[in-house]
Amino acid sequence: MCETCGCGEPGKDGIKIVRPEDIEHEHAHEHGLAHDHETIVHVHPHTHGHGHVHTHEHSHRDDHHHHDVHEHEEQHVRIKEVQVELDIMQRNNLMAERNRGFFEARNILAFNLVSSPGSGKTTLLEKTIAILKEKAPVCVIEGDQQTVNDAMRIRATGVPVVQINTGNGCHLDADMVRKAVAELNPAMHSVLFIENVGNLVCPALFDLGEAHRVVIVSVTEGEDKPMKYPNMFQTSGLCIIHKTDLLPYLDFDMEKFRAYALRVNNKLEFLEISSRTGAGLDAWIAWIEKHRK
Amino acid sequence: MHELSIAINVVSELELIVQKEKAIKVVSFTLRIGKLSGIVPEALDFALESAVKDTVCEGSTWSIETEEAIGKCSVCFHEFPMQEIYSPCPACGAFNPDIVAGQGLKIVSVEIEEQNRI
Repeated sequence: MCETCGCGEPGKDGIKIVRPEDIEHEHAHEHGLAHDHETIVHVHPHTHGHGHVHTHEHSHRDDHHHHDVHEHEEQHVRIKEVQVELDIMQRNNLMAERNRGFFEARNILAFNLVSSPGSGKTTLLEKTIAILKEKAPVCVIEGDQQTVNDAMRIRATGVPVVQINTGNGCHLDADMVRKAVAELNPAMHSVLFIENVGNLVCPALFDLGEAHRVVIVSVTEGEDKPMKYPNMFQTSGLCIIHKTDLLPYLDFDMEKFRAYALRVNNKLEFLEISSRTGAGLDAWIAWIEKHRK
Repeated sequence: MHELSIAINVVSELELIVQKEKAIKVVSFTLRIGKLSGIVPEALDFALESAVKDTVCEGSTWSIETEEAIGKCSVCFHEFPMQEIYSPCPACGAFNPDIVAGQGLKIVSVEIEEQNRI
């Protein structure tokens, strides 16, 4: 069953890019955008097929789908070794650079917001948008495995938003962002927030083409997060320490947290914010404004 | 979990190589994974088993090498093997070395099966 709207679409795992407004039109649609279950990940339960190396094989019958291969009476199979030294991430990185070029050309300031689930990213975004939209065009790409809940919350703030549902995926990649940006069509000179899937591990590896990666940590999470998930803190430029209104009730040691984070990345900047009380939001807005051209 | 994405990327790149070389399929391949890349070799190995299914890599074998991590201290320029991203310089104790090796994710080599008529 389709997780998004409960219709009878087969429950294939795949990536969906959804505008929240399309969901609201209940089932008037004919399985258009919201239901293009574009599967980029094929996972099959299988038995393991190692140890199947043929060094020589005669009259090889190819029943796969290789169109170039024809059957010949006399065929010889050669094994050739190719040294490639190929970066596995190159395709994502190339796509990220294309996104980055697009953003620069349109003077769009793009942020990649990363954190563990429940750090308060969406709440922070709601509060940020309420202030920032008076100063600049704002738009949002929401990444979650399932549901358009976050996109609905952002939509209520009145700014354009597109939801990416990654299905089984644990992170956004540059190609998903490219597709979402095409759907979103962000205005010139706008600020684009890309809210990544809540996960401190996987999104670290995937450049999306953002200008700044912002890692958000709530004070309920413990001071040693940067040591536990160093890749994320190493690749971020700004660390937002969130939910600071809870500090009086916790044993969170701010100095220790900062020291740990700086061990991983001594160029990391910090902002302390409580979206609930609004404390620190001004500094965050100023930080964003500072990076706008 | 992101090991599956990495595995799928590996297979896509291998498919391109097979296409470019006008080969039939991949027989074996070697990856080199940086110790500080954020990729767990065991998880990648497991993910590859799924990713190769129904591709030109199906039935192939692979090996995953580890690229050792080397840091160069940004204070005293001492080079040292790193265990973690936050490993301090053993000579002067400073954190944040430049990571000169250990974050790579590479396909090192591929063995492909070619077909020749005699």
